[in-house]
Amino acid sequence: MSLDPATVRRIARLARIRVSEDQLAPLGAELSGILAWIEQLNEVNVDGVEPLTGAAQMALRLREDVVTDGGDADAVLGNAPDRAGAFYAVPKVVE
Amino acid sequence: MFDLTLAQARDGLRKRDFSARELTDAYLGAIAALNPRLNAYLLVTEAAARAQADAADAALARGEAANLTGIPLAIEDLFCTKGVRTTAGSRILEHFVPPYESTVTANLLRDGAVFLGKANLDEFAMGSSNMTSAFGPVVNPWTRRGDNRPLVPGGSSGGSAAAVAARLALGATATDTGGSIRQPAAFCGITGIKPTYGRCSRWGIVAFASSLDQAGPIARTVEDCAIMLRSMAGFDPKDSTSADLAVPDYQAACHRSVKGLRIGVPKEYRSEGMAPEIEAMWQQGLAWLRDQGAEIVDVSLPHTKYALPAYYIVAPAEASSNLARYDGVRFSSRTDGGDLTELYENSRAAGFGAEVQRRVLIGTYVLSAGYYDAYYIRAQKIRALILKDFTDVFRTVDALVTPTAPSAAFGQGEKMDDPVTMYLNDVFTGPANMSGIPGLSVPAGLDNQGLPLGLQVLGKPFDEETVFAVGAAIERASGFTALPGIRAGAVA
Repeated sequence: MSLDPATVRRIARLARIRVSEDQLAPLGAELSGILAWIEQLNEVNVDGVEPLTGAAQMALRLREDVVTDGGDADAVLGNAPDRAGAFYAVPKVVE
Repeated sequence: MFDLTLAQARDGLRKRDFSARELTDAYLGAIAALNPRLNAYLLVTEAAARAQADAADAALARGEAANLTGIPLAIEDLFCTKGVRTTAGSRILEHFVPPYESTVTANLLRDGAVFLGKANLDEFAMGSSNMTSAFGPVVNPWTRRGDNRPLVPGGSSGGSAAAVAARLALGATATDTGGSIRQPAAFCGITGIKPTYGRCSRWGIVAFASSLDQAGPIARTVEDCAIMLRSMAGFDPKDSTSADLAVPDYQAACHRSVKGLRIGVPKEYRSEGMAPEIEAMWQQGLAWLRDQGAEIVDVSLPHTKYALPAYYIVAPAEASSNLARYDGVRFSSRTDGGDLTELYENSRAAGFGAEVQRRVLIGTYVLSAGYYDAYYIRAQKIRALILKDFTDVFRTVDALVTPTAPSAAFGQGEKMDDPVTMYLNDVFTGPANMSGIPGLSVPAGLDNQGLPLGLQVLGKPFDEETVFAVGAAIERASGFTALPGIRAGAVA
């Protein structure tokens, strides 16, 4: 499996990470190296095996559907690079 | 004073041989002297530490000693600390000040601990050398005999391990997603335990791979880790995977005999290229346990070699999802763009380092349409087989003993040529994360260059007590007393 520049551009776009055009090929080579190493997993017979999603070997708990926290807009927005009143501010999205 | 273990310092505080303030001041002084060389701490919270120490002295004077009253600790900078900057070793969180306290650190504060500051780590805990930190590498306090070139402390919890080894803290919090507690503990000649997944709450710890991440202590001795874990662990309704189980007296478990225990030796961990010194240390460790009455049994974990490549699908997949929240809007660092998408892309390109970008891209790829089944689902099936391997062997043995890492600490800049070479550091530690079982690293000896080597003890889910008992038995037999050249209280 080798990732061509177009594929790297597409993944980078999905991941919302800017990758300059001249970095597409070297980055593709690096990622392909990792994927080539991962390819050995194809040796394993996984027929009939149920996927394991996590390491917690227990049923997930349910909790009461009630509000337990909140009302801390100022504390939460304290880390925002830009804010407008009680909201995060971003460049205009809707024309 | 720096020669005292956490357990001894706790006794000294309770007997009023010295005050918590004296102890904290001594550690703050050592940090001021040595941290410029080691870069183990990213932030030293002197004023808060002194205030906590004074509060500890007041509690001790009232006769109200809790588990860790007055004990100075380093807190890995992955644990959110209320009002104290928490960076996760990343430029993108350079100015992030959490408005909340992680459950683990809140538990430690409840039990009277003093926080000296925030410890350096690989960016978002992704690395095995602490070389990926946005705030510079950590120097291992150990050096090769006759060679002063700086070595890595291991990673990702490299700052925590270096701080404890250089005696800049009595213990440290750390996290382990693929080996990030155990490998740095081994590289720095100290002890660390990754408890069972679910034992310590993940709430308030910056997430890397949520199904693998687990917090634990790094400290000088097995008993010191046991004392710390007692406070760190416990059920937390705020973490949906937190185990609702009582926390045992781990310190008592350190004094249990290993007589009659069955210790498994997985043959798949005996890789062909294994350094003879590591093989010899492994055999020595098994002999020590045999001498104390344990029975050594050969076992097989047939899917061992697939644990790490499967890990490098699961962990990046979860990371790509967890790190989606760092968008230049909500947390601290932003790089502007012409529109919102450009703002996201520029902020993440500027804020994430090369290794984090690689893993987010790999994760995005393996989760993308058309590749999900071939990579992600297949990896999860292999994860099920890895767990089955462990479940099967733990029907016949009480614990497993293996080397912690395939080498001793290496030099800064080594193993950097391609990512997979660095990933292979976790070949012996990763399977415990994939299966959720507890694992401890304990120093067992020095290699012929004078660097520490660690042995790993793996146990059944939620049976940290047996892991502590076996670790303590190795510790007693090894009589490991070697110390790094760079440390507090040493004549430089």
